[in-house]
Amino acid sequence: MKSFWSYIFAGAILLGFGAQPQQAIAKSDLVIGITQYPATFHPNIDSMLAKSYVHGLTRRPITTTDANWTVICMLCETLPTIENGGAVLEKTPDGKDGIAVTYKILDEAIWGDGTPITVDDVIFTWDVGRHPQSGVSAQEGYRRILSIDRIDNKTFTLHVDRRTFDYNDISSLNLLPAHIDRARFKDPSAYRTQTAFDTDANNPGLYMGPYIMVTQKTGSHMVFERNKYWWGKQPAFDRITVRVIENTATLEANLLSGGVDMISGELGLSVDQAIAFEKRHGRKFNITYMPGLIYEHIDLMLDNPILKDQKVRQALMYALNRKAISEQLFGGKQPVAHSSVNPLDWVFDEDVPIYPFDLKKANALLDQAGWKKKVKGVRVNASGDPLRFEIMTTAGNRTRELVQQVLQSQWKAAGIDIRIKNEPARIFFGETVTKRKFEAMAMFAWISAPESVPRTTLHSDDIPTADNNWSGQNYTGYRNPEMNALLEVIETELDPDKRKKLWHRLQDIYATDLPALPLYFRANAFILPKWLSGLKPTGHQFPTTLWVEDWMVTN
Amino acid sequence: MLSFLARRSFHSLIVLFVMSFVIYGLIGLMPGDPVDLMISADPEITSEDAIRLRAIYGLDQPLWSRYLHWLGAAISGDLGYSRLYAQPVWDAILPALGNTLGLLISSLTLALMIALPAGILAATRPYTLSDYGINLAAFAGISVPPFWLGILLILFFSVTLGWFPAGGTADAGGATELWERLQYLVLPVASLTIAGIGGHTRYMRASMIEVLRQDYIRTARAKGLSESRVVLGHALRNAMIPVVTVIALDLGVLFSGALITETVFAYPGMGKLIFDAIMGNDYNLALVGLLLATALTLVGNLLADIAYASLDPRISYAELDQ
Repeated sequence: MKSFWSYIFAGAILLGFGAQPQQAIAKSDLVIGITQYPATFHPNIDSMLAKSYVHGLTRRPITTTDANWTVICMLCETLPTIENGGAVLEKTPDGKDGIAVTYKILDEAIWGDGTPITVDDVIFTWDVGRHPQSGVSAQEGYRRILSIDRIDNKTFTLHVDRRTFDYNDISSLNLLPAHIDRARFKDPSAYRTQTAFDTDANNPGLYMGPYIMVTQKTGSHMVFERNKYWWGKQPAFDRITVRVIENTATLEANLLSGGVDMISGELGLSVDQAIAFEKRHGRKFNITYMPGLIYEHIDLMLDNPILKDQKVRQALMYALNRKAISEQLFGGKQPVAHSSVNPLDWVFDEDVPIYPFDLKKANALLDQAGWKKKVKGVRVNASGDPLRFEIMTTAGNRTRELVQQVLQSQWKAAGIDIRIKNEPARIFFGETVTKRKFEAMAMFAWISAPESVPRTTLHSDDIPTADNNWSGQNYTGYRNPEMNALLEVIETELDPDKRKKLWHRLQDIYATDLPALPLYFRANAFILPKWLSGLKPTGHQFPTTLWVEDWMVTN
Repeated sequence: MLSFLARRSFHSLIVLFVMSFVIYGLIGLMPGDPVDLMISADPEITSEDAIRLRAIYGLDQPLWSRYLHWLGAAISGDLGYSRLYAQPVWDAILPALGNTLGLLISSLTLALMIALPAGILAATRPYTLSDYGINLAAFAGISVPPFWLGILLILFFSVTLGWFPAGGTADAGGATELWERLQYLVLPVASLTIAGIGGHTRYMRASMIEVLRQDYIRTARAKGLSESRVVLGHALRNAMIPVVTVIALDLGVLFSGALITETVFAYPGMGKLIFDAIMGNDYNLALVGLLLATALTLVGNLLADIAYASLDPRISYAELDQ
């Protein structure tokens, strides 16, 4: 045994001696820890937070939403609006209401290899985006563009087949470099395997942000260095390394040992983990919490005969003390949700019906619904059936499992018997939820965007069935003609005041009907070194890295 | 021996072929498909998109048809494309394979270098203080959960002492890369080594005790041979036979089963790759990863059979083939 430990320590000392202390990373370098590696670097194939995060360092969208939740230009000169004449209402060739929107790309906008960004890139991106074989996952945005007019090399007009309120937001039109990828698009069906974003990902011509990617090791890390053609404000760091560490305990250990300088809020520790970390090491770091658009909720199976009754659904809400859950488990950092609309969104309704914890009201509603008697603490109806539900979520998600147990005990106080049945994420999302196989309750989260119309989750046309090949995300089976009409009209209402009223009505119906039980909005925890400033959490889907040039090193 | 190798290689190919069918079928029968996962990550994907994407990825075809298509391509050298890493399967596997082989060879070698002498020592001094000490350490190694051991190593050697990186792989290229790679390897290798020592020590001890009871050992001692000659020259060869079997089986397990160690140390190896491929519905990657693990187990067994014959002259290749 003596020899065993001697070997270990001798080896450790031998290899450790002369190793750079992990804290010794110069300030010209920044190492960021995240928990996910991008599946592809192609901006329009597959949607993934990790990819958006690293593309924030290397690429700029034509438009985006800033930290104040306002749509702004990044690659264009002025945001076109109907008021400033940049957008013009028109009729489509088949006589429908359409719109023409004109953008001018910044004169100084250049790809990382020195090639100017032009309308050619816009047209090429559109060609790829709408081609059925290209592998681009969400094509709706491209399909809506009927044609593109080239005004000059830097100016173009999009002719869109409908008038939606977000007509000038083209953040999903992520430009592709025609001078690099057009040749690879000759065979569109092979494009997704041939694109330079995955076969030549270190080609600087793919990028136009403050940084270009110089190294990437699959599943491990990516290294970024300054883009010498970047025309904007120069960022503070010469080199940024994004290290992927999925295990959050290891991520914390890396932060403490100096292996990483900061943990991203977008893809880092959960709030409960960050709160625990803050208690132990809070003095050494700046920890910021930002509630966001990830909406944690419980989808209710409305085909379930008990849950069909609105009184039962409302009683379920009154019996929950969500404020206590938020305060006890998440230190009050994750605000209670009253509907699917985030209070940070300008269309949020302050007067939306809310369900404060009120056990008396819950009991009264259940009595009215015919669940009067209690047998061994569980309510039963006239036929003697127990008021029992199965709640499902993703097995192994510690936070959700914890919340689930608290919900179970709170509902027990109202005589509601809850059985927990969890499944691995793959089975839960791959089968149970998507094919509506959950019996009563499915707890998960929706990722949203500012003023995102919840059509796919609330419109009755989007109820997945075998006939429609299980497409659509209205997993609860919610059917309400007024909601359907609202979802259709909100999207095309251009007047903000009128639209806000429609949104308020939508939230009112949602909170009254309760197709899902709103729980809370997840918050992101940014763990930053004391010497880093200028990082502004956005709270929406656009990552903080889009403004990396504002990050500064301070004493 | 050559005909033995040829026959065993042929048998292994048949096993791999059957396994490819079984694994493909099992992965295909798991719920959901890659498009379901895409939809859960992107609410913008419409019903039309889902149908189109299933056609692009061939998911609208029956399982047997997809398997035959994959098999045909695989025979011509194309192992397919990894959806999870957006690159050909082999390109995704190669770096992970290198990392895993580095981890596996280092930890197994180190574990055997410590475990075999410890097992022999314990067997030659049974029920003495040194035997009890070695047994205690062996049981401790077996009992310590790998994830806990990993975290302890990180806390002590990374966070407190700052000697080694807490996880990941090397950044640097060129001459410094080897040095950096070694530093990143130390803690995961230590973790796997400690976990492996216990079992191998116990096998070695038990096997050696059994052999030392044999008549021919008594005869060797009666002839006046030194104890070291008896143990190392006569007993060790026979005692190694069951240990070799365990080592051979360990190869396959370590190859795909170091998942916890790889996860704790953020070390991108085969275990993590296969796990992510299965969870991410990446059929091609999961299939090839699992087939490689199967192949390594078969190679391990083949090597074990060869070792049997060289350890014990009474065992012939003809017998091994039966």
